[in-house]
Amino acid sequence: MALRELKMAESIAPVADTMEPQSIERLIEENAQAPAALIAILQAIQREHGYLSAAALREVSRATGRPLVDVYGVATFYRAFSLHPRGKHVVSACLGTACHVRGAHAVVGEIERQLGIRAGGTTEDREFSLETVNCLGACALGPVVVIDGHYVSKVGKEKVRPLLDDARRGRVGGRNDGEATSLSLVAHCSHCRASLMDPDHPFDGLPSIRLAMKGPGATGWWRISSRYGSNKRETNSTAPRGTVLSVYCTHCGEDLSDGWKCPACRAPLVSLGVGELARLRVCPRLGCDGHMLDVAS
Amino acid sequence: MISLTINGLPVAVEEGSTVLEAARFLGFPIPTLCHMEGLSPYGACRLCVVEIGEGPKARLVSSCTFPAQEGLVVRTASERVLRARRMVIELLLASCPQSKTIQDLAAKHGVHRQRFRQEHEDCILCGRCVRMCEEQMMAKAIGFRGRGDRRSIGTPFDEKSEVCRLCGGCMYVCPVCELRCTYSEPDKVVCGGCANLSPPCIEKDKFHDMMCFLDPCVACEIEKD
Ligand code: FES
Ligand code: FES
Repeated sequence: MALRELKMAESIAPVADTMEPQSIERLIEENAQAPAALIAILQAIQREHGYLSAAALREVSRATGRPLVDVYGVATFYRAFSLHPRGKHVVSACLGTACHVRGAHAVVGEIERQLGIRAGGTTEDREFSLETVNCLGACALGPVVVIDGHYVSKVGKEKVRPLLDDARRGRVGGRNDGEATSLSLVAHCSHCRASLMDPDHPFDGLPSIRLAMKGPGATGWWRISSRYGSNKRETNSTAPRGTVLSVYCTHCGEDLSDGWKCPACRAPLVSLGVGELARLRVCPRLGCDGHMLDVAS
Repeated sequence: MISLTINGLPVAVEEGSTVLEAARFLGFPIPTLCHMEGLSPYGACRLCVVEIGEGPKARLVSSCTFPAQEGLVVRTASERVLRARRMVIELLLASCPQSKTIQDLAAKHGVHRQRFRQEHEDCILCGRCVRMCEEQMMAKAIGFRGRGDRRSIGTPFDEKSEVCRLCGGCMYVCPVCELRCTYSEPDKVVCGGCANLSPPCIEKDKFHDMMCFLDPCVACEIEKD
């Protein structure tokens, strides 16, 4: 398809507004405590519905008593808000300086060609929306493309098609063909340095990290996802949410806490070695997803 | 009273006045564009730059927003000020060359060329109309939308606003084209001045070759791409 035939964002056929007024009202109510809550309200609507419809903005203006121009002004100011329905899968390609010099433009061009849309547009079948961003803060991994919230690093033109195919099937980040297609962590025990990866039990399409745990009345395993940003965790413990497990290395049996406290709940964090320099700290409290990735100083 | 020095002259002005008000009160001319009496100062056009302070600490500020302070040393027409002002005018010319106001400013300040990419905007985003609509007309029908090079002024969704009373205040205060004519698209109209007075141009169906009655507006003459 020639580039000039590409459909522009504006060519999206207007869709029937499917947001229900009650749901907008509820989202406003839930977020309306502070007078400066406009952004929070818009974010909540955006999160739940994927975009801000004209009717929703009018309702926000009515319910908060803010003039419609102000609401509209804020909604059009931030990139995080979209006034048009976005596709099922949102592809954000980084065009920041670092990614730019590594050829991000060619990648964006390739995505545009494959999807038949321009940056900012949505495919006619509403499967994909493409947007460009200026730096995602992962410059060393550039060119970076984020698909449905998953960071994909070092994207070249040839990776575009498989990535989009994966996204269509809802398994981005699930590929592990030996290359770093997503930010996956390979963890080892910081005491005995044995690998903790368990390829037999993949989480999010990647080998999970397997650890031993001791909870009230039970011992067993605790497994966490090795994809950074995924908070998938599993255990055989039947203890209620809020219980803090003690976690050990499956090989040497050493306690893995290292004195750091969970930023969310203050439980002692479990600390794992990642590569030579980094350390992944995860909260062992059931139901908490506190975690941090430290690149050691 | 606050005493300060303007162009070497020790003067005293009332508390709460801006440097611009002080200078004007004393008869020092400072050109302005986005400033308008009766509207809150906004500091968007930077035309009113003056230099404050002395020596290496001297800096340029917009006088319309800068409060007069005790002991302040102000120069309204130093070489640096004039240079900055000329640059501002040149940039304004680059975006809105058809504005009579800006052309006059350029002529007055000896700006004879324009070295930037020529655009044909009909708005310099000075926000006078926005403040007029909000502060004097209590309507809030128009406002800023978007960001960066997409920033624009208009009604939400570019539709006729429910709170707009077609007072034409926004057109009246616009320093750039004196009319951002929207009547070519009646459903988006904000002013309607021409509709009331029925100037010759609305009788025609093509607008881009017409001169509006609100001379010197030639907004309609320039076909937007
Ligand atoms: S430039 Fe792309 S992540 Fe920073
Ligand atoms: S008049 Fe002061 S910035 Fe425009």
